[in-house]
Amino acid sequence: MIHICITSKSFDGKEILRNIRFEIAAGETVALLGPSGIGKSTVLRIVAGLDPEYVGHIIRPEAISYIFQEPTLLPWRNALDNLRLVHSGVSRERARQMLERVGLGGKASAFPTQLSLGQQRRLALARAFVVPCELLIMDEPFTSLDAAWVDDMMGLTRDLISETRPATLMVTHARQEADVLADRLLELSGTPATLEA
Amino acid sequence: MLDLSRLTPLVSIAGFFGVWILAAAFSDDPQILPQPWLLLDPLRQELASGELLFHLGATVRRVLWAFCLAMSMGLALGLMMGRQRWLNRLLDPWLVIFLNLPALVLIVLCYLWIGLNETAAIVAVTLNKIPNVATVIREGARALDPQLTAMAQVYRMSPVRRLRHVILPQLAPFITASARSGIAVIWKIVLVVEFLGRSSGVGFQIHLYFQLFDVAMVLVYALSFICIMLLVEWLLLQPLERHSQRWRSA
Repeated sequence: MIHICITSKSFDGKEILRNIRFEIAAGETVALLGPSGIGKSTVLRIVAGLDPEYVGHIIRPEAISYIFQEPTLLPWRNALDNLRLVHSGVSRERARQMLERVGLGGKASAFPTQLSLGQQRRLALARAFVVPCELLIMDEPFTSLDAAWVDDMMGLTRDLISETRPATLMVTHARQEADVLADRLLELSGTPATLEA
Repeated sequence: MLDLSRLTPLVSIAGFFGVWILAAAFSDDPQILPQPWLLLDPLRQELASGELLFHLGATVRRVLWAFCLAMSMGLALGLMMGRQRWLNRLLDPWLVIFLNLPALVLIVLCYLWIGLNETAAIVAVTLNKIPNVATVIREGARALDPQLTAMAQVYRMSPVRRLRHVILPQLAPFITASARSGIAVIWKIVLVVEFLGRSSGVGFQIHLYFQLFDVAMVLVYALSFICIMLLVEWLLLQPLERHSQRWRSA
């Protein structure tokens, strides 16, 4: 069980988040919705441990995977190495299997700059699932993709989540994405942002 | 088909020799500026006696020591100063002082404090170069992609892996730039160090032939070392740079 309790979070003296408390059970997917700039990505960064400057406490597991808004790959390493070098214990065989699983079987030696945006996002997805994770965090994982690619990626993401059953926290603007992937929806609103009842 | 762009450096070097030949013809005094071919005999003599290789070896050894020390210490310092604001505030005045301290002052002080020995020579050259390397690398460290830093953190990459696969590739253009300018500046400072206080090396020989007013021998030693530096540039630095940047052209 992931426990999230953010009593307060401020930037330059201005409070942007207040009293955000929720839990995520293993295997559950929670979608966090809200208007642009309200602080959804900040919640994700706090939950992931990337932003330690807040008041509150988070109980999170060690094994976390994070899918960023941008693919955030190592452009100087090929697709296979993007999986193997980020995760130290991943064998070449396992990395190849994962690339096959996300439809990049023939792209093991391609650099990220040689892949389309859709393929780069698939590679980021493979990186998130190549090792077992207890908490999966996704920050608008389908941004900037064509509609066809979004459907494709959503299906693949849903399948991978259902196979590995991590606790999942995702941020999205698109209600439809949340409806397809999430078991529960939470909405941020107000200034400072709080969870709607 | 002949690739003309590959010939450009050769044409450029031919142009350099052309200017030299014209200037030598204009001065009409081999004591002041001999024609390039008049250096072949003194070059042969120095090679045959073993003097040239001995002194080139001494200078190369000092350049390598100072280069490795200055690059590794400058890299570590620049990286820390670029990432830690408090450290940058603390050390920035030191950096400005050392950047503006004339090389000659550091060399003389090292000889006075440490003695006329090899350690003083290498320390003097290293201290002269560290601030330049640190300044360039600091800019690179400030420009590191925060998203990649977050990715490395959330996936718990070890410090060594982060340095090798996330940080150093981003710093590669800055490292190459400081290495290239570094090796050029270091060998010039090494020559001054040898000129002032060593009994071997290209700088020592130039000092000797300066006293004898032998321009040809001064040029033989200087050009021989430039040839070594060009080989280092073409056979080591440029291939390394191409290798580290191959993903850009993929």
